[in-house]
Amino acid sequence: MGERILMKGNEAIGEAAIKAGCKYFFGYPITPQNELPEYMSRRLPKEDGVFLQAESEVAAINMVYGAAGSGARVMTSSSSPGISLKMEGISYIAGAELPCVIVNIVRGGPGLGGIQPAQSDYFQATKGGAHGDYRLVVLAPSSIQEAVDLVQEAFEIADFYRNPVMVLGDGMIGQMMEPVEFRAPQKRDLQPKDWATDGCKGRKPNVINSLWLQPEKLEEHNWKLFKKYEEIKKNEVKYETIQMEDAEFALVAYGTTSRICFSALETLRAEGYKVGLIRPITIWPFPEAAINQAADQVKGFLAVEMSTGQMVEDVRLSVEGKAPVHFYGRTGGMVPSPNEIVDQVKAVLGGGK
Amino acid sequence: MIKVAGRPESLQSKQFHYCPGCTHGIIHRLVAEVMDELGIREESIGVAPVGCSVLAYEYFNCDMHEAAHGRAPAVATGIKRVHPDKVVFTYQGDGDLASIGTAEIVHAAGRSEKITTIFVNNAIYGMTGGQMAPTTLIGQKATTSPYGRSVEAQGYPLKVSEMLATLTGAAYIARVSVHDPQHIRKAKAAIKKAFEYQIAGKGFTLVEVLSTCPTNWGLTPIEALKWLEENMLPYYPLGEYKTPEEVK
Amino acid sequence: MKQEVIMAGFGGQGVMSMGMLLAYAGMMEGKEVSWMPSYGPEMRGGTANCTVIVSDKRIASPITPSPDTSIVMNLPSLDKFSSMIKPGGVLIINSSLIEKDTNRTDIEVIKVPCNEIANELGNSRVANMVALGAYLQKTGILPLESIVKAMKKVFAGKEHLIPLNETALQRGAAVVK
Repeated sequence: MGERILMKGNEAIGEAAIKAGCKYFFGYPITPQNELPEYMSRRLPKEDGVFLQAESEVAAINMVYGAAGSGARVMTSSSSPGISLKMEGISYIAGAELPCVIVNIVRGGPGLGGIQPAQSDYFQATKGGAHGDYRLVVLAPSSIQEAVDLVQEAFEIADFYRNPVMVLGDGMIGQMMEPVEFRAPQKRDLQPKDWATDGCKGRKPNVINSLWLQPEKLEEHNWKLFKKYEEIKKNEVKYETIQMEDAEFALVAYGTTSRICFSALETLRAEGYKVGLIRPITIWPFPEAAINQAADQVKGFLAVEMSTGQMVEDVRLSVEGKAPVHFYGRTGGMVPSPNEIVDQVKAVLGGGK
Repeated sequence: MIKVAGRPESLQSKQFHYCPGCTHGIIHRLVAEVMDELGIREESIGVAPVGCSVLAYEYFNCDMHEAAHGRAPAVATGIKRVHPDKVVFTYQGDGDLASIGTAEIVHAAGRSEKITTIFVNNAIYGMTGGQMAPTTLIGQKATTSPYGRSVEAQGYPLKVSEMLATLTGAAYIARVSVHDPQHIRKAKAAIKKAFEYQIAGKGFTLVEVLSTCPTNWGLTPIEALKWLEENMLPYYPLGEYKTPEEVK
Repeated sequence: MKQEVIMAGFGGQGVMSMGMLLAYAGMMEGKEVSWMPSYGPEMRGGTANCTVIVSDKRIASPITPSPDTSIVMNLPSLDKFSSMIKPGGVLIINSSLIEKDTNRTDIEVIKVPCNEIANELGNSRVANMVALGAYLQKTGILPLESIVKAMKKVFAGKEHLIPLNETALQRGAAVVK
């Protein structure tokens, strides 16, 4: 640790997971995340762990379900169409309150879509995606270093709350190389996994389950989950603000898009526009309070996404009508250029600085 | 005083929810007796399916994991890979294993996962109310084959044991029945072998157990046992389809 | 200081590894760097390209619509990447494989016979290092030695290749001098 090395996003995510104590990986090939399972298949046998290429994404997430239930730190990864297949298992894992980390290196959709970077799985990641009253904690890194840090933290969050955590990247985060340094993650005070199914010697049998046939019991369970989610909302919101101190207009973007917005911001600032950037790092829980507070200060917002507009809905909910919220998006694997964003901001501001 | 009969320790003291005459109860007991005899209750993790035996986690007195429909072999794979020294088994019905879960069971067998699958085949979907299963016989009526299963419309019932026995990774595959005491004894012997082979690390093991569903077959329990014998046995012949000796 | 460069050519011409070496060297010099490849069916055969950014500051977008420099190793890459270069930027053309000229008049064009020089050195595969040498000499973004240092990391186990690659860098640099 401590040395900066140049790593591809997908591989860095794999190494981060191993450094976080993840010894089990179940996956299935899909572009643009293949370097991650490939990396795990090279590394995990040397760590006394298990890499297994499942027969499908459906099987892979259910292997994660089994491994998580029996007490292991476990991860799977995929890209959009594969994540859709994993949704069934994700719902069971959330319902049974098991910790695991799921990486989605998002590509364009719907359907088979494309293989270039996209952010069009925001709704799926943050609003359910599978059936039932559940939430995933969703972390959206914008650099390889941040991906590494967040993957390590994801395991801590997952264990702490007994909840699945999704790391939402995109083709660019997966494929790009940047310097990374593996730092020891902040350890949380974790309870022993005395609920795990690892043989009932000396205790009563443990059961991992998401079935509650009595509606009264299921309602009770769902409210218990809800309380946990409220706790997560209170404690785990993460975001970054850039030059918001004197900003009169705010860009809102996460992941790769936030970096392009940062380029646009530099250009706009150089031309005298007082523009700032709010970058959600957790997209669930969403930094509602920060954006609401900014709404008292700025004349308006521009949400920028690689989709036709998904996160923008959360921005509008957070702003509560206090300021106009505009949207600019590219989709299908197209990446917005800084100039397009500069032009959008100028158009919205009508030339007024 | 010598105790000659009683509840196996590997079964919880809980009343089964199964319909009168259903043979799930017998099969549960056989598995539990085998676990007792092998002394593996505290070392075992069972995976329950979706279907009539969805509540199996309430009956087996060992660690249990409730899986999604058809995914038990994948869940069991995850558990076994984390705990290779434990005994891991799945308990699945014909809709679960032979329909929605075909990919999972075939690949678990192909990978030679060291797990044991108890496959209960009663040729019908029980829990959902008597729909056609992949193992429903030609001519057999079900709520989604009200005129009887026809070859033209629904094709042929799957012979799971024969199919899985072709896989190199399958170490032990047997089909048994529980329609009379003699066959119940044979069924138990096969289940015991399967667990023993798992413990010996031989590879994937599966015992297909022909079972009754008086409720959805529309028969009395006794008629159901007879129907099984007369209709299922000819199409689903009993016997060992694969043994570890053949693997060598 | 910030330099954005796009390197492009046929798969197998070593454009990806050329970019990776530049990024590695930049990192070892304490700079911020990013390396972004094209990916997907493009990689299988066809043309490959990568974008490398070396900067003193945090790197915003890892891709760029208007690089400071394009290094084009084959003709399709010339057509695709010469028009993007920002006015006043640099275009490095592998003149061994590209006879065509660019119609851009607002950029500096440097023609380097990469394959001929590489062949003179006895290995056509170091054509990429010839181009990289020319690029480093032209932009002064990093010293040649930093690339050699990076090679020691990147070529671990294949150290015997380093002297040849170093010579190729120097020969490329000499074209610009």
